[in-house]
Amino acid sequence: MSGNGMSGSGTSERRDWPLWEVFVRAKRGMSHVHAGSLHAPDAEMALRNARDVYTRRQEGVSLWVVPAFAISASSPDEKDAFFDPAADKIYRHPTFYDVPEGVDHL
Amino acid sequence: MTAELSARSDALAYVHPDKSGLFAYVVSLADDSLIAAQRMGHWIAAAPQIEEDIALGNIALDLLGQARSLLTYAGQVEAAATGTPCDEDSLAYFRDERDFLNVHLVERGHGGPGGEPGSDFGVTMARLLILSTYQFGLYTALQSSTDETLAAIAAKAVKEVDYHRDHATMWVLRLGDGTAESHAKVQAALDAEWPYVEELFDNSYIDPSLLESRAAVDPSGLRDVWQRRVASVVDQATLTLPVVPPAVTGGRRGIHTEQMGFLLAEMQHLARSHPGATW
Repeated sequence: MSGNGMSGSGTSERRDWPLWEVFVRAKRGMSHVHAGSLHAPDAEMALRNARDVYTRRQEGVSLWVVPAFAISASSPDEKDAFFDPAADKIYRHPTFYDVPEGVDHL
Repeated sequence: MTAELSARSDALAYVHPDKSGLFAYVVSLADDSLIAAQRMGHWIAAAPQIEEDIALGNIALDLLGQARSLLTYAGQVEAAATGTPCDEDSLAYFRDERDFLNVHLVERGHGGPGGEPGSDFGVTMARLLILSTYQFGLYTALQSSTDETLAAIAAKAVKEVDYHRDHATMWVLRLGDGTAESHAKVQAALDAEWPYVEELFDNSYIDPSLLESRAAVDPSGLRDVWQRRVASVVDQATLTLPVVPPAVTGGRRGIHTEQMGFLLAEMQHLARSHPGATW
């Protein structure tokens, strides 16, 4: 499949390349952050495409590519049940608690 | 401004006052990259995938960057010898075909006018494999040049061409070991490019004193390692190393193929039609 559509004909086949999600780590110690997506025939090429598309201005020091189909996402329909219950749980925020005097660096 | 430019063009009628041969050597390195970049640029907005479009654009810009550094240096060498200012633009835009010293490998279309109907991505990748593997060996060695400027340019360029080599390798493997059609096309591409390999390793145009002082790299010494590196990719891609006689070439003496004039016309017409134009 990877070789098809590279010759100027067979346009319809070109979009058969799977979609990959790209995660870029901006610098050491930081986490990888989703940067966008791209098409590539396989993981090796996806990494190289990611290098060319998402790090050409020195945006990163490390790249992950993940097949988009491997990502399970929460559904917009479930948004209320998933996220709203957290709205009034102010005790889940550290700012809810008073820091006792004399405790530094908490 | 116009007067100044025409004076410049006159100066570029090429007497080559630089008797050391350094100018010609640096220009030959620069022209390989410059013309390869111009040819590669034909794919922009015409590549088979947008991701590949960006990759080819990046590679072309890497090559152009190398050419700019080298032409700037060549201009300094020439200016020192003539006393007439000479910069990267005057060398890129105001030299005529016979003054370009690039190899034929880089100037020919990609199996048709690049990026237009008939152009062949397999040709682009086969050629990039040949060129980048050569430039990787060349710049690796040139990092130890006794000429500090060349050594510094090579140190930056070697990382770039290493990536070009990787990109070409990835594609030659996938096309060669892909479908029957992609295999046949990239094999045909390799066969078509192969006659232009020998010219890369010709050292006869380099001033012997530059080789002696180790300012220049003797390309003939790069041939064996080049062959091993390319053969390993070709084998892995289930392709066959072509056995073909070398083409009659003359790029290092300023003798070019008929396609070179069209390439230069496109590359130079803006600067020549509107001298000194900026944007």
